[in-house]
Formats: sequence, C-alpha cells, structure tokens
Amino acid sequence: MQQYEWDFGAVLAYWPMLLQGLWGTVAISVLAIILGILGGGLVATLRMSRHTPLRVIGTIYVEFYRNTPGIVHFFWVYYALPVVANVNLGPLEAAIIALATQSSAFYAEVLRGGIQSIGKGQWEGATALGMSHTEALRRIIVPQAARRMVAPFVERSFEIIKTSSLASTLAYGELLYQGMQVASITYRPLETYTLLALIYFLLLYLLSSLAKLAEDRLQEV
Amino acid sequence: MNDTPTPDTGAPILRSVGLRKSFGSLDVLKGIDLDVKRGDRIAIIGGSGSGKSTLLRCLNFMERPTGGQVILDGERIGDARVAKDGSETITYRERDLMAVRKRVGMVFQQFNLFPHMSTVENVMEGLVTVLRRPKAEARERAAQELARVGLGDKLDVYPGRLSGGQQQRVAIARALAMDPEVLLFDEPTSSLDPELVGEVLRTILSLAEDGRTMLLVTHELGFAYRFATHVIYLSDGVVHETGTAEEVFRNPQRDKTRAFIARSSEFSL
Repeated sequence: MQQYEWDFGAVLAYWPMLLQGLWGTVAISVLAIILGILGGGLVATLRMSRHTPLRVIGTIYVEFYRNTPGIVHFFWVYYALPVVANVNLGPLEAAIIALATQSSAFYAEVLRGGIQSIGKGQWEGATALGMSHTEALRRIIVPQAARRMVAPFVERSFEIIKTSSLASTLAYGELLYQGMQVASITYRPLETYTLLALIYFLLLYLLSSLAKLAEDRLQEV
Repeated sequence: MNDTPTPDTGAPILRSVGLRKSFGSLDVLKGIDLDVKRGDRIAIIGGSGSGKSTLLRCLNFMERPTGGQVILDGERIGDARVAKDGSETITYRERDLMAVRKRVGMVFQQFNLFPHMSTVENVMEGLVTVLRRPKAEARERAAQELARVGLGDKLDVYPGRLSGGQQQRVAIARALAMDPEVLLFDEPTSSLDPELVGEVLRTILSLAEDGRTMLLVTHELGFAYRFATHVIYLSDGVVHETGTAEEVFRNPQRDKTRAFIARSSEFSL
C-alpha cells in the first residue's frame, strides 16, 4: 500500500478562505444565539403560561424542533418558506432563520428548566411578603435559576455553533462550506477536514474555557 | 418600639366566615368561623390532616379558599358573584391578595429564606421591593429586627451558613420587618432538630410580650398552652372545640379534644 503523503502546506495556502469561513460561522452563530435567547424567552413564557392554549402552542413548538433533524429545518426554510410566504431568502437569511428558530426551542427549555427547578417555597416566601408574581420572578426566582442555567446554556450554544455547519448545505460561506471549496481546489480533503476539525475544536475549547471562568464567577457569590 | 400591648378594641382584625377549601374531591376545610382580635394569640391544634395548616394558609391566600369569606379589618377579600341558582363564587384579584399579604405576615415550616441573599438582605427585601423604602433605611430597620431575634452579629452571613434555628429566627425577623398586623406561624419548629426548638419558641414568646397579634399552628401542645390566649382544636376540617387556652387544655369539654390533649405528656393525667 502506498504511503499517503500529508501536505498541509497546500491547504494552508488558502488560509484567507478558511478565515472567511470562520468569520461566517461566528457571524451566524452569534446572531442565532442572540435571536434564540429572545425567542427562547418568548417560547418559555408560552410554555409556563397559566392559559392552556398558549401553553399548548409553546409545547408544540418545542416538541417540533426537538423531534425533527436540523437539516430538515434548513432545507425547509430555504426551499419551502419562499414558496409558502412568497419571500426571497438568500442562504444567509435562511440559515439564520433556521438556526434561530431551532435555538429558540432549545433555549426555552433551558430557561423553563432553570425556573422550574426553584422550589415552591421560594415563591411562597416571596409572595408572603406581598410581592407580585413579576417581582418574585425578578428578585427571587430568576437570580437563583440563572446560576443553574449557565451550564445547560453553554452546552446548547455549543450545539448551535456545531449545527451552523449545516448552513454549508445552502452554500452559505461558513467554515465547513469554505473547507469544501478548499478541498476541491487542492485535492487535499484529508488535510482540509483535519484542519477544520482543529479549528472547530480550538474555537469551542476557547469558548468553553471562557464559559467556565464566567460560571466560577457566578458560583462564588 | 411598642412596649405596651395594643388594647383590645373589640372589633376583629381578621375573621373567617364559613371558610371552605377543597383539593379536588377532598374537602379539607368544611366551613370555619374564626375571629381574631388585636392582641389575640391563637393556637390552632389538631391531628395531621385536620386542616390546620390549610386554614392558616387560606388566611393570607397562600391557598385560595373555595368558599366562605376572609375579612381583614372589616373589609371582605375577593369579589363575590352570585349565580342565578343562588350559589356564590368568589374571584380574587392578585392586587388585593398582595395588599392582604403586606398586612398579614407568615413564617413557614421550611423557613423559605432566599439563599442568594445575605441575612440582612433577606430581611430588607420586603421593605425595599414591596414597601419601596430607601435601601439605607431598610438596612437599618433589618438590622434592628435581626438584633431583636438575637442575630445582630450575623447580618452579612448567608442562610446556608446558619443553623435551622437561626434560619427560622431570620425568617421571623423578615416577617416582622414588614410590621404586619397579624403574624401567622405554620409549624415553625416542625423541621428543626430538638435542641434548636427552644430558641425559636423563646423568640415567638418574646413577641407575645409586645402584644403582637399571632396565629400559630403547632404540634407542641405545651408551647401552645404557654403561648396562646385562645385555642382552636380542629378535627376533620371543622372547629371541634374552641376557648381560652385554660379552658381547652385544662378543661376540655368534648371527648375527642380530651383524647387529643392527653396525648401530650404535659397534659395527661
């Protein structure tokens, strides 16, 4: 068997393309996370509503995203939504919509899980002082829940960053798509994908170290 | 501070009339009439499942009654609507219940302190968030209340670092800081180790000297006797016997009451 000769130099020559891809990944991830937190707050509110119809809507939303694969959402938004809603979507818009709606469902569960993990006694302690539901939530429940939400929140955000690679299927120039281009130009897929794995790893590892630091800060209080 | 007990003005500060509470098909309270006058100290006793905690929790609407009335200082709580068949349903507005809870404080079996706040912050919380007092003033008031329950040296300690007895005294200080017209105690010593019960009971007795109006649900009959001006013996969701502490504990009129009282070594013959 012939020895494979690794040549990373050929791939690294295209580093500006990969850097552009990294930027693309960071951009859609950050946008999806921000929109996902906002959407997640809304969906979590529906999920915990006193009104049954709202609760049902929230539950259907979350269950839909939990029980369907991410790539279907990307395809559907890109190919079906323009037909259904009569709009024109570029790959970037489609990818962000797909990723943000999906992350809304997951963040909603993080928020709900955190808030519901705080015992009934805390609600009673707060309301017995004369606090409103909102005051109890803001002053007593959320500050305690926030600490418990950090770890699952970080976990979910990592999933989103990794899922953003699905945007490559819409020919959006994020890291994976750019890597595919580099691989076909250089005929060096082994080197390219090894390098991609390393870039993803370093990006996420750096972020998880930062998250760990933030988490420790929060627990100190 | 008010050292002289508030004189009994005659009109009840807190009343319940025909108070009922059901959980599904289970009727826990079956029509409770209760009169609390200013300066009264009422012990509510009874076996487990008799409805005594539920009664207390209906008075500040931790539970919403399913029938009957709660009347605070002459004012009926809730909006009654009479249906065509004469039956009455009462709806409660959150705003009205908040107003009641400002005036009727509660101390819980499980303390329910806020673990993310220091002791003094726990006691300040109601003053700042509910009564909108300036922080500095609230802190001063909180420190006073903590000193009163013997925890003046624990202001900046978090509840997790305190013993159960100390935590319950913080909870008492937290309720007192709101200067409630009526203070409810829901089995305040039931989750404490035996050696920590005494400090909490002494704190509660010291409030009696100030003439504070209090209702206490307890299993400690000996303490109930020392604490109470009046006693209510609940059984199966109804008031089975009521009277002064002396009457109910020393001379119970009904067999069931007698049997219940006799279970406590302090009152058995």
